[in-house]
Amino acid sequence: MPAVSKGDGMRGLAVFISDIRNCKSKEAEIKRINKELANIRSKFKGDKALDGYSKKKYVCKLLFIFLLGHDIDFGHMEAVNLLSSNKYTEKQIGYLFISVLVNSNSELIRLINNAIKNDLASRNPTFMCLALHCIANVGSREMGEAFAADIPRILVAGDSMDSVKQSAALCLLRLYKASPDLVPMGEWTARVVHLLNDQHMGVVTAAVSLITCLCKKNPDDFKTCVSLAVSRLSRIVSSASTDLQDYTYYFVPAPWLSVKLLRLLQCYPPPEDAAVKGRLVECLETVLNKAQEPPKSKKVQHSNAKNAILFETISLIIHYDSEPNLLVRACNQLGQFLQHRETNLRYLALESMCTLASSEFSHEAVKTHIDTVINALKTERDVSVRQRAADLLYAMCDRSNAKQIVSEMLRYLETADYAIREEIVLKVAILAEKYAVDYSWYVDTILNLIRIAGDYVSEEVWYRVLQIVTNRDDVQGYAAKTVFEALQAPACHENMVKVGGYILGEFGNLIAGDPRSSPPVQFSLLHSKFHLCSVATRALLLSTYIKFINLFPETKATIQGVLRAGSQLRNADVELQQRAVEYLTLSSVASTDVLATVLEEMPPFPERESSILAKLKRKKGPGAGSALDDSRRDPSSHDINGGVEPTPSTVSTPSPSADLLGLRAAPPPAAPPAPSGAGNLLVDVFSDSPAAQPGLGPSPEEAFLSELEPPAPESPMALLADPAPAADPGPEDIGPPIPEADELLNKFVCRNNGVLFENQLLQIGVKSEFRQNLGRMYLFYGNKTSVQFQNFSPTVVHPGDLQTQLAVQTKRVASQVDGGAQVQQVLNIECLRDFLTPPLLSVRFRYGGAPQSLTLKLPVTINKFFQPTEMAAQDFFQRWKQLSLPQQEAQKIFKANHPMDAEVTKAKLLGFGSALLDNVDPNPENFVGAGIIQTKALQVGCLLRLEPNAQAQMYRLTLRTSKEPVSRHLCELLAQQF
Amino acid sequence: MQFMLLFSRQGKLRLQKWYVPLSDKEKKKITRELVQTVLARKPKMCSFLEWRDLKIVYKRYASLYFCCAIEDQDNELITLEIIHRYVELLDKYFGSVCELDIIFNFEKAYFILDEFLLGGEVQETSKKNVLKAIEQADLLQEKTENMFYSKSGCKKAY
Repeated sequence: MPAVSKGDGMRGLAVFISDIRNCKSKEAEIKRINKELANIRSKFKGDKALDGYSKKKYVCKLLFIFLLGHDIDFGHMEAVNLLSSNKYTEKQIGYLFISVLVNSNSELIRLINNAIKNDLASRNPTFMCLALHCIANVGSREMGEAFAADIPRILVAGDSMDSVKQSAALCLLRLYKASPDLVPMGEWTARVVHLLNDQHMGVVTAAVSLITCLCKKNPDDFKTCVSLAVSRLSRIVSSASTDLQDYTYYFVPAPWLSVKLLRLLQCYPPPEDAAVKGRLVECLETVLNKAQEPPKSKKVQHSNAKNAILFETISLIIHYDSEPNLLVRACNQLGQFLQHRETNLRYLALESMCTLASSEFSHEAVKTHIDTVINALKTERDVSVRQRAADLLYAMCDRSNAKQIVSEMLRYLETADYAIREEIVLKVAILAEKYAVDYSWYVDTILNLIRIAGDYVSEEVWYRVLQIVTNRDDVQGYAAKTVFEALQAPACHENMVKVGGYILGEFGNLIAGDPRSSPPVQFSLLHSKFHLCSVATRALLLSTYIKFINLFPETKATIQGVLRAGSQLRNADVELQQRAVEYLTLSSVASTDVLATVLEEMPPFPERESSILAKLKRKKGPGAGSALDDSRRDPSSHDINGGVEPTPSTVSTPSPSADLLGLRAAPPPAAPPAPSGAGNLLVDVFSDSPAAQPGLGPSPEEAFLSELEPPAPESPMALLADPAPAADPGPEDIGPPIPEADELLNKFVCRNNGVLFENQLLQIGVKSEFRQNLGRMYLFYGNKTSVQFQNFSPTVVHPGDLQTQLAVQTKRVASQVDGGAQVQQVLNIECLRDFLTPPLLSVRFRYGGAPQSLTLKLPVTINKFFQPTEMAAQDFFQRWKQLSLPQQEAQKIFKANHPMDAEVTKAKLLGFGSALLDNVDPNPENFVGAGIIQTKALQVGCLLRLEPNAQAQMYRLTLRTSKEPVSRHLCELLAQQF
Repeated sequence: MQFMLLFSRQGKLRLQKWYVPLSDKEKKKITRELVQTVLARKPKMCSFLEWRDLKIVYKRYASLYFCCAIEDQDNELITLEIIHRYVELLDKYFGSVCELDIIFNFEKAYFILDEFLLGGEVQETSKKNVLKAIEQADLLQEKTENMFYSKSGCKKAY
């Protein structure tokens, strides 16, 4: 037994614990415990009333047994009895037991709540604290219902003791986190903010946590806390190391409070008041300066506390992202830490620099540390530190250093821990694609990935390389050659066979001239891998073979022989058997022309966000891809790209039929005129085939094909057919928007990224992000032909009054766009006041001597400047009532155009920009949202309510805003989305 | 903070404090996984690691590991010092605390923790104030114990 005999030694308990410790085996322990349980049960059931001390002792024993990991199903009532004891220790043990072994028995809860209520009313601060601790520890909804209304009162009461205020603040925080709806906002909130001024440091420490949490949900209501927090912080930062007495920790004044205050400030943008801002910047500079001073103590606690404040300061500087000077200083400070002898500091510096890398002010400064980071990746002994280094390299990568970073990551991959290989593979694949200047480098990189870590190369990665090769004819020959060489290796990964099979099936003809890679050589090379491969790969190879028959008629006999072999025609696997039968029939029935049409080269894939990026984000959780793509995004990422992302279920199941033929996809849009009836013939061939199996319809496993978006419908005003005059039209002379411009615009009301327009010549992709009343949009113009576009000039036009409502700044783009190339145009957008019509985008260029022009609506709608606003039901209804003038409301009742899926609706509403408020509408089927439209001149508060009626397949949408035209406009925009 | 665990080098759990609602089953699973992960790490490694979507901050004091799970935006270094301050509080209360003190007086360890951290947030950082609260309670209880014992003493005399 230890020498401690503080307070009450419960001898029986100590003996019991000793016994348990002396048990030689698990069985002995269980036996001893069962004996004790039987003893306690009999005591509790016995006739003799137990005195408080014994009750306490037995309850404590039960607690010990429970904490050892055994189930306890009795004793709750005795514990509850202890709560009403007037002896402190008995009460204390009772509360501890209740906190640890929460029981949902309602009768019991009633008794517990009663006891708590009594203690809260007792005016005895120690009892009140015990009761508050218990509420905070349990934190259940029932507790919230019983006490959420009382605690704010205790918190701000003038006569509450400091210790009670502290417990009340954190108790309320816990209840608010668990069930925010139960905590009524009110007059007390203003007084809570003033706790930041409290004389007692402990009260401030507890209160800041509560205020920070409340701020996040109601930023406007707590705005005043910013200046209070700044002045409190400033007093702490400038105090001498001993001023704060017991709140100084190893010569650092109030480190916990400082960190919490800095955290609180991160809920808000930089202070607008110049004096407050000046004071804050001074604080931040002081912290950065102090980091350079010699330490006041050699203890690690001193440096940890000091650096905790320093890192939180840097977080705030990054959060503001507006002070280039501070950002660079922060970066330099982190740079010092990168080489620190403390592993912890190196880890944190790498982590923190990751966020710094995405700021335009400090990106360059971060890049100067590349060698140190690469070195960390190579030499750190701790895998979690290496992981941070890999993350940072990913974040700091741009066009200038992509080759170096990718090659270092590839090298690291060879020895990387298994746990992080897949992630590194994804990162390499993304960087290689994003920063590829010449695509042969990209192809090399991906093939290297497969070679080094084939098992970790997911479908997304190898699908992507195929998409890119298919879309870029300048790299196809190189890809065919490289993959052919890679397949020569005696043992190559199955993923390599898949990529090789696909690429040679499409582009094998490009290397067929070389006798070393003649058609028969290509075929036998692929076929030598066939028997070692999985069903999925073999299916893919069969498709390659039929493509070979078209590309290289001389291989027809050999390949037909392979297809005809019993091992194929009678294969136990339905998919393989079906392919063999169908392909064999196709090759013997169809004429060369028909074959050429059916087996036409795959059409280019529509441009879209890389599915790899999406996968990385899924893997790492939100924010993972932030360095690459920090635009405000629709939460349902697969919706952004028009549903072309593979769903998680198709990702996890390997696709057994990655089909080369695209039989189930729409016909290639650019196919040469086919002999009449070719399409029908295709169907006929299959339906007449005696062995054809049912089940040709799309199956959910066809991840590869189902990823394909059907090509955009051809525009009736196709550019090619436009017999425009030879002279270019003047800049003022802009044609009307194309007929489907509105429809295209509608696609972007609830999302920011995607393909805006596509025809045979040109593809226009959009990526945009909006913050407050500002926006930035990237337009990507892709030349889909192999001929250069000349005099290429996209311009943005503001019809009517729009000039005064919306400012759009465009950067010029090169006037030539090479065949197959893509140019990017950046637009800076500022919303000056509310507007109703979008700006127009006019694109003009010359293609093969003929002038082309096209006018579209730029996807900038008023809802892009939404800032979501969270609010409680009470506030919502109050505001709703305030906007009750008839002209402030717009309502629409309309038929559903899409399936009525609650999740999809939610995603759309979030994409629209408003916050979704739960627990406001009494009918849970309905959606309620709130937001503020930010313009330079004014803010427009908006409330919306959407009521689906599944039976009638109808919706009713109601908008209320402070400005009449805005209500109507938003209502119209949104109504078209469902 | 989402939870704090104290466990020995042998992997025996000595204290567990949960600040988020979880079922007993989940708690056991998390404990098992984390104890294993942390014990597998070598001495000079960094005190932080990513685990699921949380950050783990841990430190070893003699035979005991103190391990906290914090959220993404929480500060790792200050959490490390939360652990240290808690160890200091235990040390001051028990007088050079050792693992056995925490085993035999587990309820005290919980009481001290409640005075220091509540709902996963730091409530009071002053060592004096925390211990004052606990000692006041001890005083209170000694008074009541004395009453109790004197009464039962009387009974025995009969």
